[in-house]
Amino acid sequence: MKTIKVSVVTPDGPVYESDVEMVSTKAQSGELGILPGHIPMVAPLQIGAVRLKNGGKTDFVAVSGGFLEVRPEQVTILAQSAEQADEIDVERAVRAKQRAEQRLNEQKRENIDFRRAELALQRAINRIEVSERKF
Amino acid sequence: MASLRDIKNRITSTKKTSQITKAMQMVSAAKMNKAEMNAKSFVPYMEKIQEVTASIALGSKDVSHPMLTSRPVKKTGYLVITSDRGLAGAYNSNVLRNVYQTIQKRHKSPDEYAIIAIGRVGRDFFRKRNMNVILDIVAVADQPAFAEIKDIASKTVGMFADETFDELYMYYSHYVSAIQQDVTEKKLLPLTDISSSKKLTSYEFEPSAEEILKVLLPQYAESLIYGALLDSKASEHAARMTAMQNATDNAKELINSLSLSYNRARQAAITQEITEIVGGAAALE
Repeated sequence: MKTIKVSVVTPDGPVYESDVEMVSTKAQSGELGILPGHIPMVAPLQIGAVRLKNGGKTDFVAVSGGFLEVRPEQVTILAQSAEQADEIDVERAVRAKQRAEQRLNEQKRENIDFRRAELALQRAINRIEVSERKF
Repeated sequence: MASLRDIKNRITSTKKTSQITKAMQMVSAAKMNKAEMNAKSFVPYMEKIQEVTASIALGSKDVSHPMLTSRPVKKTGYLVITSDRGLAGAYNSNVLRNVYQTIQKRHKSPDEYAIIAIGRVGRDFFRKRNMNVILDIVAVADQPAFAEIKDIASKTVGMFADETFDELYMYYSHYVSAIQQDVTEKKLLPLTDISSSKKLTSYEFEPSAEEILKVLLPQYAESLIYGALLDSKASEHAARMTAMQNATDNAKELINSLSLSYNRARQAAITQEITEIVGGAAALE
């Protein structure tokens, strides 16, 4: 089967590089699946998992936003932070989740900290889910 | 003339100092290598994001975004990157002098500018002179991760968006080589000089070019700040390494000249003793 080159890049360096058969992820406008030969495209991503299918196995990468750039022979995901499933520090994510939840309970709605805590919670939940491969 | 013991003490203390500076030099050399590698691993991300930004901003004429357009300047922001500690030669003072002179030249009152300081030396410098420091971060790690700087970077970009200032300049030391670092002024916002050496691709946008610019441009500006920080960290370690190298060399020179006067003083003491003995013996005859 035809494959497409995928790289996930963060400011701290490349996180994932491989040839895969299909990339699927959650863009801001909805679920998105990319196969080799896709037309050039750019789309912003949601906090979520990127699934990379190759042969029988699927790799998971947790990304915190960022965006996806597609070319016919290459897909690049630029995110401010990203981790492969087995590199996620689950304990830290659990702690971050508790912290964010606590903050959400204390804060009143409609202020900036609330928004930030919400995003932090999303990121933490995303990391935990990716590390457990619940997709 | 100083006594034998005084000179000996000075030699010992200088030797100890030179051991410390030598160790600091080696530590800085290791850190510099690491910082250089960090800067290198950031390059792919930067290149890619620049390429995509350029493709979108230059490729489609009809898109606009507040971060791309210049507006009348009422207030200017200065982002100044310095180190937390001294002992790095002229590293900090070069940057600070440059910023200070520019501000004095361009602005008449403190209401016309705002300073964002990364690094303790810069923050203290501007605070002491009662200049308008609106945001600061100190104790950034030697090998900073993006997460550490994300907060201040997004706040800075946010301040441009909510018109706290209307343009933003960045001052830092650009790492040229281990022995050369140049103070660089870079206009960060608005992003007027986006260019790309690579061929531009025309993309499909999902959902639209405007929506993408909204996500992309802040991320791009933040990564420019991070890039400058990595660059100036490499410069800092290089500057410190050179400074410590010089200190070690000076200490060696000092030790040499001190040992010379020590030996002279010792010889003088011996000669004097001999003269005294000979004189004493002569008096007995």
